[in-house]
Amino acid sequence: MWKKIVLALIILVFGAGIAFFVFKSEPKLNKNFETQKSFFKKFPFRLGLDLSGGSHLIYKADTSLVPAGQVGDSMNSLRDVIERRINLFGVSEPVVQVQHGGLISGAGEQLIVDLPGVTDVKQAIDMIGQTPLLEFKIEAPKGTPQTATVDKNGKVTLDVNSQFVSTELTGRYLQKATLEFDTNTREPKVSLQFNDMGTKLFAQITKNNVGKIVAIYLDGAPISTPVVQEEIPNGQAVISGSFTPTEAKQLVGRLNSGALPVPITLLSTQTIGAILGDHAVNAGVKAAFIGFLLIALFLILLYRLPGLIATLSLCIFISIILALFKLLPVTLTAAGIAGFIISIGIAVDANVLIFERVKEELRSGRNITDAVSVGFSRAWFSIRDSNISNFITAVILFWFGTSLIKGFALTLGMGVIVSMFSAITITRIFLSTLGFIGEGKVARFLFSSGLSK
Amino acid sequence: MPDFCFPAVLVNKKIMFIIKYKKIFIGISIALVVLSFLSLFVFGLNIGIDFKGGALTEIIYKTERPTQAVLDKSLTALNFGSILLQPTGELGYIVKTRDLNDAEHSLLLKTLSLGHSPTGEAPDSKNTLTEMSFNSIGPSVGQELTRKAILAIILISLAIICFIAFAFRKVSKPVSSWKYGFIAIISLLHDVAIPVGLFVMLSHYYGAELDTLFVVAVLTILGLSVSDTIVIFDRIRENLRNQAATAKMNFSEIVGKSLEQSYVRSICTSLTVILVLLALFFFGPVSTKYFALMLTAGMFFGTYSSIFLASPLLVLVEEWQKKK
Repeated sequence: MWKKIVLALIILVFGAGIAFFVFKSEPKLNKNFETQKSFFKKFPFRLGLDLSGGSHLIYKADTSLVPAGQVGDSMNSLRDVIERRINLFGVSEPVVQVQHGGLISGAGEQLIVDLPGVTDVKQAIDMIGQTPLLEFKIEAPKGTPQTATVDKNGKVTLDVNSQFVSTELTGRYLQKATLEFDTNTREPKVSLQFNDMGTKLFAQITKNNVGKIVAIYLDGAPISTPVVQEEIPNGQAVISGSFTPTEAKQLVGRLNSGALPVPITLLSTQTIGAILGDHAVNAGVKAAFIGFLLIALFLILLYRLPGLIATLSLCIFISIILALFKLLPVTLTAAGIAGFIISIGIAVDANVLIFERVKEELRSGRNITDAVSVGFSRAWFSIRDSNISNFITAVILFWFGTSLIKGFALTLGMGVIVSMFSAITITRIFLSTLGFIGEGKVARFLFSSGLSK
Repeated sequence: MPDFCFPAVLVNKKIMFIIKYKKIFIGISIALVVLSFLSLFVFGLNIGIDFKGGALTEIIYKTERPTQAVLDKSLTALNFGSILLQPTGELGYIVKTRDLNDAEHSLLLKTLSLGHSPTGEAPDSKNTLTEMSFNSIGPSVGQELTRKAILAIILISLAIICFIAFAFRKVSKPVSSWKYGFIAIISLLHDVAIPVGLFVMLSHYYGAELDTLFVVAVLTILGLSVSDTIVIFDRIRENLRNQAATAKMNFSEIVGKSLEQSYVRSICTSLTVILVLLALFFFGPVSTKYFALMLTAGMFFGTYSSIFLASPLLVLVEEWQKKK
């Protein structure tokens, strides 16, 4: 008996601890959140785009030119490049996923980009689509026809572009770019290091053009037109345009992120404003809370003392699930919250099956302790079967789903598994400690149904 | 459980009316299913952009919402094909178009904000509207999702059928186990058909669209409602096994007894889920409202069918067998 009470106490403390963790790590609940230890700050709920606001983009990657065996690799490097580009712009927690084509999806290779907090689709698309094109051009040989335009004031403008001709050297041969500051002027400059091939090309270009200008073009516009002093054999070049430090930093990032290995086209976009997301979160929390209250009321009215205990284990169930959402972490969407709310309903299913069986055993003349233990063991098969079907659905939905469906399937599936534990094990331990209640009239009343019979 | 023995109460006649008037209840179910199919063929499914592709823009005007006629006029000039304007809330519109690219999207927003002024030109009215959400889905993504949805429906149905076969693997007399499974599947179809019919009505009168969540709802109903039927069938088989040792009862009496023993728990377990679903419907996010409603209907009819359809059908099958 004492063992059981100790076990029940341990579970209570454990449950309270988890609830405390959930409470402490949630800024909206905990008023002193800012002053908390960093441990609690590490685990906020991760909200999906439909709740936090943001953009969801689906790109189709054209892998028709990639050899069959390398599609996976090139998709991964595509993901890396896009990820780097997004990180440059300081989006918090972006998600970039490759979705491989195949029998199931029926489509080709796709790239899915989630950008929380970015509600300006245009900005988002630009951010991803930007391919910096770095070119090195040399002065055109004398005698090359040059184009010039005469504007209406009679002023003649020489077209700069016609003064230079392209070389083979482009950003493709770049090994890395770094941000530096000029030791004298403190101006930011971008230092370039070429790879072997690029070093050779650059050495040749500088050797042939000593005393001439080698123009550095970015996205078709000259950003720096230095005069070559001598041959540069080590493959190092410096761009010192009139950058602001931020611009220089962005340029470095963009150069380092490189060109896309596979061309991509935008298939679909989805943007959700932050206000709409906020409404959805509040509504979801409210619905969950009211749903919980209804269930608690239902259990206590219908099953009295066991109902109260089931409510207690439901509280522990909710704490465990919420803590798992934070720790794993699970990205919560509106559908995911719906899955969680439904799992609250399913979690008490097992309790209802058990209590009905217990009531039946009581009616058949057993004492309370026996009725409880027999009730639990006989209800097990029904509980197992009814949970299996839900679990099957959740697994297949998760396997097939888009991110929206996955969120629902995951929360529902987790709910089903954890509820088996909470409704059976925890409720049972609590109920078994109630042996002291005896077999008196009061005890019988507490264990019988609140309605009929 | 060989030591199992029943409470010494006689079969309560209260619930036997279901078995007695089984044909009436089966008739009601058939009528409801037929009605659902009729509404499906008459009204048709209102397929959303998730599956057929297209764009949905939700905007809210800051101070005043221009009339539909004014907006329609300037929107037609965009040449985006058919554009559907649907007022939402006090100041908002939902604009449905074909899928839009980036440039077309900005053009649409520009047009919508210009329309704010009665003259059609208001350069400073940039801030008069806020875009709440924008969703543009290319036709290929829609096709892909359709394909996935169909595959998921097939796979889940197969898995559930396998599960039913597993749950009823032990042969029991007088009705063989595959017939239990078959009836479970029929009542499952019933449980899905009625919410779908309800949804068709909803989409006809309130403009609900068949989206991803609709498919999820259908599949979740499959999972939720099969368990109810299994709980009752399980009880029937348990009673059949015990009856061999104790007093002779005929099949319909045993089914009635099993119903009597399990209808309370069957209703209660569904009720807990229906309670949370109702909370979700009334207080939950807008995006999951129809989802919650469909699931509520699915839960309700799932319980209804396990008591009023599956068990009467079982008795009916047994009676047909005897006649042969």
